[in-house]
Order: sequence, then structure tokens, then C-alpha cells
Amino acid sequence: MTGLLAVVDLSGNTGEQVVFWVCAVVAVVGAVGMIASPKAVHSALFIASTMISLAVLYVAQSGPFLGMTQIVVYTGAVMMLFLFVLMLIGVDSTDSLVETIKGQRLAAVLIGLGFLGLLLVGFGSLTFSSAQGLDDANTIDGGNVEGIAHLIFGRYLLAFEATSALLITAALGAMMMAHRERHTPRKTQRELSELRVRSGEPQNLPGPGVYARHNAIGTPALLPDGNPTDRSVPESLRGVSTAAGDHHEDAAQINALAAGQSTIPSATPEDES
Amino acid sequence: MNPAPAYGDLAIFGHDPLWLIIIKALVLFIALVLLTLFTTWFERRVVARMQQRSGPNRVGPLGLLQPLADGIKLALKEGITPANADRVVYLLAPIIAAAAAMLVFAVIPIGPVVSIFGVETPLQLTDFSVSTLYILAIASVGIYGIVLAGWSSGSTYSLLGGLRSSAQMVSYEIAMGLSFVAVFLYAGSMSTSQIVAGQIDWWYGVLLLPSFVIYLISMVGETNRAPFDLPEAEGELVAGFHTEYSGLRWAMFFLAEYVNMINVAAVATTLFLGGWRAPAPISTVWPGANEGWWPILWFLAKIFVILFVFVWLRGTLPRLRYDQFMRFGWKVLIPVSIVWILLVSAWRGIRNEYGTDLRTTLIWLGVALFLVAAVTYLLDLRRGPDDTAVAPPRFDPYAGGYPVPPLPGQEFPVTRRAKAIVTASVIEPSDIRPEGEGDTHE
Repeated sequence: MTGLLAVVDLSGNTGEQVVFWVCAVVAVVGAVGMIASPKAVHSALFIASTMISLAVLYVAQSGPFLGMTQIVVYTGAVMMLFLFVLMLIGVDSTDSLVETIKGQRLAAVLIGLGFLGLLLVGFGSLTFSSAQGLDDANTIDGGNVEGIAHLIFGRYLLAFEATSALLITAALGAMMMAHRERHTPRKTQRELSELRVRSGEPQNLPGPGVYARHNAIGTPALLPDGNPTDRSVPESLRGVSTAAGDHHEDAAQINALAAGQSTIPSATPEDES
Repeated sequence: MNPAPAYGDLAIFGHDPLWLIIIKALVLFIALVLLTLFTTWFERRVVARMQQRSGPNRVGPLGLLQPLADGIKLALKEGITPANADRVVYLLAPIIAAAAAMLVFAVIPIGPVVSIFGVETPLQLTDFSVSTLYILAIASVGIYGIVLAGWSSGSTYSLLGGLRSSAQMVSYEIAMGLSFVAVFLYAGSMSTSQIVAGQIDWWYGVLLLPSFVIYLISMVGETNRAPFDLPEAEGELVAGFHTEYSGLRWAMFFLAEYVNMINVAAVATTLFLGGWRAPAPISTVWPGANEGWWPILWFLAKIFVILFVFVWLRGTLPRLRYDQFMRFGWKVLIPVSIVWILLVSAWRGIRNEYGTDLRTTLIWLGVALFLVAAVTYLLDLRRGPDDTAVAPPRFDPYAGGYPVPPLPGQEFPVTRRAKAIVTASVIEPSDIRPEGEGDTHE
């Protein structure tokens, strides 16, 4: 029995001290790093580490449900969505450090100092009684989870339901804003393929030609009869690219040769340069 | 001293001396690494059989040492860091992925209480009241490794892989969490050892079959395995999030993926397949099957059945398209789970409140359904034929006083300017846009 108590004491005092001093340092470093780092993704990482250390502290203080939910919801879902958006909008975007509103920094420093003063006054006037611990709260309903369930679905049922209604409203609002009405049904894969076959040209458009004189994307491909086709050129380059003109010229020469003319019309030797 | 608590009571945990905790943790770590080596060999051999090949069979007996050779080769390779990479995060990412993967097994029950060097202890590192939530939490931290690897590599392919992974993980973890809820309702607990203790009579995989199926699907999505391996789709993204990694850092991602497979298989075993308890006919004919060290055998057998399913899926199904995959997760898995949880909790509520058995409940449910069907049928008869399906009226661009788009079946009238352009035949007809749609049109 005494051996068992010694183990419990060890995990109760020394262990808790170690956990606190590790997690508290990580949490504070994460909080400072989140503000100080210029890259948004680094900020997100720092705050994720803060959240995880706070969750470990909750677990150490006999609130395992709260700790695990914190990691699942905040670190796992909320921060992951943040990261998703950050990665989506720009990999290398760093915060601009230019002051856009005049006197903003001075105002921020003043307000920050004022807030610090308020906090110091508020916490300075607190008196701490001896710690109660969560043991009573955790045993009254048979466990930590049961205790929380009893409170949420008992005394605070109305507040809980109201919060969930608020969240559902917010989710519906987000869906409304992201929603775009379709006026015609979306074409299925089958319908699309039928349309393609009936269009008379089921195959791909001809690819760009890459020939000796040009390798630009504007170079037209040659049809089987040797004539260049503009359909292989991107629409925005049709009639713009100089490569097409050269090829029409080439085609004229080739056609002339094929027709049996011995002299080549308008040979351009300076093209070789 | 109180009588020793039975298995299924959380009081049996938390009394191990420090040396035993260290031994358990070390054994778990080594076992996971060895299992990873074995699983890679297993997967390559099985998938080879499915494709009518032999698979690795040269290094060691039956090719069993092939993973070791691969590991040595990887360790000797150069670890490349791209010039564009965010160095710290790039080095941190594989560590996060591998470390998180190793943590899950801390709460997996592998066997009953046994005696190790004279200390009576359960074959499980630890357990507490929310250990299944702990599993979900660790899984969500592990995804950070993948997402950060994709971001920090400074490569488009990696970034796309990381993006896909973060969206995929958020979506499929919801379905996974919802599939646990029915188990919690039946076990009355979220601790893994109590869930195993609750499956003495019936596996939850049988009692709660829809939950089990949803879990099986979402666990494949969660571990980025075929047919849901979109973050590393080699046909589209080279290798996705780990395109830029090489050497031991790549090996850590590889280790994390296989350990995660073993993790989700162990969770499926624990939550749905009776945990370490012997399958039904064995324990009836041989009572000693659930005592001592034998349960490790059943546990491993169940894990390998699920790992075989992983390989089977990979050998059978082609990869999904990304939008199909997300649609499946959000529009099929999650609604089905929510409806299923509603049914299960309603049934549990009725049984707790009124004490009725399943047959009476089903009869009343049938009566209620019949009444609803009859009433709606009568209402339908009274209303007469459906008259909503009339042709939409001619398109009025200012219906209600505001510019509106055409309804289904309506068409834009050809404007005068469009007609003029057609007659001038300067532009192809497909270029003609209706009036007011594009500002760039002169």
C-alpha cells in the first residue's frame, strides 16, 4: 500500500511539476512566436504548439476530456483549416510591415500597456485560497466525461442548444454565401462524350507544331496535305504569332514544289541568321 | 487492500513501476518498427500474388529480409534539401509524422492482465477515460507532418499534395469520429479497455455493422491509402507531399504511413472486432484462449486480416477523382453516419426509458411508418394530379423589376446587336454573348 502511495505521490507532485514547467514554457514561447514570426504558416505552427501544450496541461489537471477535445477541435480542425487557407492563398506571402494607418503602432503600444496595467491591477487584488482540485467534481457522476455530460445536458442544456443553433446558423450562412444556383442540370460524363462524338470531331485538337524554324507555341501544326492549320494554335495567338506567317509561306513553297515548279518563289536566305 | 479490480475497470492502470513502463514503451516501439518491416514485405508479396507475380523472394527466406535491405539502402542515401525549402519546417515535418504515428499504440489493449517479472499488469501501456479521443487527437496531429512537408518543400506538387491532405483529413476525421459514437453508446465508455470488455458477448462490428463499414472506409481515407491516396497520387503529383524528400527523411514518412496502417487496424480490432479476445468458436471450445499471453496471437491475427483488406483494396480499386472523393465523404459518409447514430441513440433511449425489447419497438415503428404512408397517400389522392410540371413562361429579363437570369428551359433572346454581328460575320457565332453579360464586349 505504501509503495502504491509513493507511486501516486510521484505522479501527483514531481510529475505534475515537470509537465507544468515543460508545457508552460512551450505555450508561452508558442504565443510569443505566433506574434513575432513574419510568415503566416509559422504563426499557425506556433499557435498549434501552444494549443497542444495547453491541452496537456488540462489533462494534467484532471480534465482529460477538455484536453483531448481541444486537440481534436482546435489543433486538428480549426488550425488545419487555417493552414489550408494560408497554403491556398500564397506560399511565400509574408506580412507587410508597412504602417498603413498613421500612429497605429504608438496606439497599439499604449493600449497594450493599458491592458497590461488593468490585468496587473485585477490579478494583484485577487486572493488565492488553497487549491480544491477536480477530484470531487470527477467522482460525483462517476467520471470526468460523465460529469461534463451531466452539466451540459442538465443544468446548461438551454445554453448548449442555443450555442449549437448559433453555430448551425453560421454554417448555413456560410453555405448560402458560397452557393451558386445552377439553372441547368450538370452534363454527365456520358452526355459530354455523346456531344463530343456528334460534334464531328471526337478527337483532340491538333497539337502545336514544333519545326525547324520555330519552336514557339504559336507555330501551327501541318495537316496531312502539308498545309498549316490554325486550329492547333491557342485562340489568343491566332493571327498574332509571326510563326504562322512563316509557315504559310513554307506551305506555299512546298505546294509550289509539289506542283512541279522548279523555281522556288520568294526564297528568304536571310532567315537562316 | 481492496480485491484486485477486474479487467474493464480503469483502476487497473496507473500502478506500473517506472521500469515496467519503460519496458512496455520500448517493446511497443520495437514491435511497431518490426511490424512495419514485415508489413511492407506482406503487402508486396500479397499484391504481387494478386497481380500474378512473385514479389520479393531473393533476400533471405521467402524474401523476408527485403525490407531490411531497403531500409539500409535508404539510410545510406543522401538527404536532399531543396533550395526553396523552408529548412526548419522541412526537417520537422517527417519527425512530426513518425512521432505521432508511434504514439497511438500507447492506449491499444493487446491482452489481459498478465504477470511480468512478478508484477500483475495489463498488456497495455496505459488507458484513461477518453483514450479513443486521444487516438483521434494524435491522428490529427500526425497529419500536420504531411501538410507541413507539402508546404515547406517549396514545390508545386508537394504543395498540392499537402493541400489535398489537409482537406481530406478534416473531412474523413469527421466520419471516423461519428463512426465511434455508436460504439461509445453501446460500451458506455470511451476507454479502449472498457470497450474491449464490453464485447464479451457480441462484437460491435456485428451489432453496429454500419458504423464498422463507415470506419473501414474512413480509415483508408485517413491513412492516404489506395483508392484514397490522393495526397501522393503518383499519376498527378509525382509523389505528392514527399516528392522532394529522400534518404532517411523519406523513410520516416514511409514508416509513419505503415505504422498508421497498423494503428487504424488496431483501432478497428479494438472497437469493432472484440480487441484481443479470441474469435467466437475458439473461446467456447478452449476457455484458456483469453488468458495469459495467448490473446496477443488473436490480436495480431485480427490486425493482419485488416491489413490484408488494405492490400486487397489497393490491388483492386483504381484511385478516385478528388471531387468524387470529397463528395463521397461529405454527402454520403457523414449523413449516413448521422442518421445511423440517430437510430442507435433513439433505440438506446427507448430501451432505457421503457425497457421494451427490439421486437416490440420494431412493431411500433412499422405501425408508425404505415400510418405516415397511408396519410400521405390519402392526401395525394385528394390533391389530384401533379400540375407543377408546366412549361416555364417566356423569358422576361426584368421579371419583378430586376435583371434576372433565365430559368431552366428558358433561353436568352438573340439581341439586335448580336444579329448585326452575325450578319457582318466577323466573329464566329460562338463568340456572341448575350447583351449585358460581358463588359469587355464593345
